[in-house]
Amino acid sequence: MAEVLVLVDHVDGEVKKVTLELLTAARRLGEPAAVWVGPGLEGAKEKLAEYGAAKIYVAADEELTSYVVAPKVELLAQLVADKSPAGVLVAATGEGKEIAGRLAVKLDSGVLTDVVDVAEGFVGEHSIFGGAIIAHAKVKRGTPIVAVRPNAIAAEPAPAAAAEEQVSVTLSDAAKSAKIVERVVQEKGERPDLTEAAVVVSGGRGVGSAENFKIIEDLADALGGAVGASRAATDAGWYPHQFQVGQTGKTVSPQLYIAVGISGAIQHRAGMQTSKTIVAINKDPDAPIFELVDFGVVGDLFQVAPQLTEEINKRK
Amino acid sequence: MNIVVCVKQVPDTESPRKLKSDDNTLDRGAADGVINELDEYAIEEALLLKEAHGGEVTVLTMGPEKATDSIRKALAMGADKAVHLVDDALAGSDALGTSYAIQQVLGRIGFDLVICGSESTDARTGMLPAMLAERLGVPQLTLSSKVEIDGSTIRVQRLTDYGYDKVEAALPAVVSVVEKINEPRYPSFKGIMAAKKKPVETLSAADAGIEADKVGLAGAASEVVDATEAPPRAKGQIVTDEGDGGVKIAEFLASKKFI
Ligand SMILES: Cc1cc2nc3c(=O)[nH]c(=O)nc-3n(C[C@H](O)[C@H](O)[C@H](O)COP(=O)(O)OP(=O)(O)OC[C@H]3O[C@@H](n4cnc5c(N)ncnc54)[C@H](O)[C@@H]3O)c2cc1C
Repeated sequence: MAEVLVLVDHVDGEVKKVTLELLTAARRLGEPAAVWVGPGLEGAKEKLAEYGAAKIYVAADEELTSYVVAPKVELLAQLVADKSPAGVLVAATGEGKEIAGRLAVKLDSGVLTDVVDVAEGFVGEHSIFGGAIIAHAKVKRGTPIVAVRPNAIAAEPAPAAAAEEQVSVTLSDAAKSAKIVERVVQEKGERPDLTEAAVVVSGGRGVGSAENFKIIEDLADALGGAVGASRAATDAGWYPHQFQVGQTGKTVSPQLYIAVGISGAIQHRAGMQTSKTIVAINKDPDAPIFELVDFGVVGDLFQVAPQLTEEINKRK
Repeated sequence: MNIVVCVKQVPDTESPRKLKSDDNTLDRGAADGVINELDEYAIEEALLLKEAHGGEVTVLTMGPEKATDSIRKALAMGADKAVHLVDDALAGSDALGTSYAIQQVLGRIGFDLVICGSESTDARTGMLPAMLAERLGVPQLTLSSKVEIDGSTIRVQRLTDYGYDKVEAALPAVVSVVEKINEPRYPSFKGIMAAKKKPVETLSAADAGIEADKVGLAGAASEVVDATEAPPRAKGQIVTDEGDGGVKIAEFLASKKFI
């Protein structure tokens, strides 16, 4: 069975959940071979094995993570040349999509991005126009490269050998042209990552102020979820930009999405419409968000949300 | 400094978007065209850099005839001139073909800095700026929330999942911007009038040295096999709060085993 390369998404050795989803998807397409870039594999190897990595290609050289994107692309291109995999899977994060794009240019291969599923033959499923249309696409040329949206495919364990093989690549000068001089890690706190969370609670303009976002945080914490925000809320400076959900923010696909004081503009929906269950609290019965919900309450969020938080905590 | 801003005209997100039934490409006739919103931030950043460092801002658009609307807007904001790559042969190009076509034009017109929006609101692939950097063999400074130029050195803050990276490179380079970088200006009346007299060069694929078999639907390396409207979500239950709205939601969540 041909290998399927899976680029591991990790921050300093901490494996992102999407990697396990990619390994799960890769098993349908061939034999998963994880590609690990940078230090920190020791603590992560077990997890990759548990989710089906038959092999792990390890490229620990620090140079690979000292420059923007291009070194990872040269490494993957070399692995494709050496190992002739059936295809390459990456996470459809900002950087993952860029890696997919550059690799496609390098290999002159077709690329599918932001797929919500991938089936035999590397047929990708896209949920487009904010979830209004489901399209299937496939690659016509070269080695298929597919960027998969986090949280779209359920990760399932299937233990494998995770045999390590050290690999290295000689970088071109062009790959070393955009140097990362400093990494600034912003405090992310105890909550799960927005794009990985099973539950996301988002607040919008209705929340009214930065202080009031505590209501959203309390509800999220009661559910063990992440906090999101509409653009109206991030633009107003009530919540940091990296938590924005929508067309120009993050795309989330949790099991449960709760929209609080959010009208449901199309640009917001584009980032959350594929959530499995949607709940909204809004005082306007005509708010478009109600078109999407499984359950909605027309009411004042300052009454309804704290009551919900209290009720959840009571039931624990 | 010679700054080129890549601008795309996209269907207005407010109007319904459709795929054409014959080839599953975006039916661009069905929706009103507007400038891709993130590209306005790219234009603004180009204008700010020009104001600080001098030079010239060129708008580069690949797209149908009517994309001139977006070009005029960019010129009205303050760009100096425009190049419009327009050719039926380009219709249906995928990101690979599009990046190739734009590379060809950039090769002809030259640049110190290329600035793009980080993604378009229609295709949303988020790949084009990185693909351009790959093709041009210049530094990729994408997903930038801050750009500074100091002589021939360019420094950006690149948004990442964990925060941001400070990145440094030498010009020429490709930059893509995220919306938090600036606040795009509105065209002034004077700007709108002046835009009418600014030069717009129209290029065909052949003019730009683009090989026809590498672009368009035929040159695409991927294809849509089918597209269907998503089944509408089952209509949910909506209740009006009568003092127990929170409890009602909790009951719903419990019925779904979330709590
Ligand atoms: C190109 C483009 C990209 C965009 N990208 C994004 C994006 O990524 N993400 C995004 O979110 N938006 C995006 N937008 C903006 C989008 O169009 C909307 O403006 C935005 O989503 C509105 O945010 P909101 O729902 O919080 O605010 P509003 O639309 O003002 O809605 C606030 C809602 O709160 C309700 N409310 C007020 N007070 C209360 C209360 N006490 N109790 C209960 N309900 C209350 C109101 O009834 C209303 O429905 C984009 C726009 C454009 C043009």
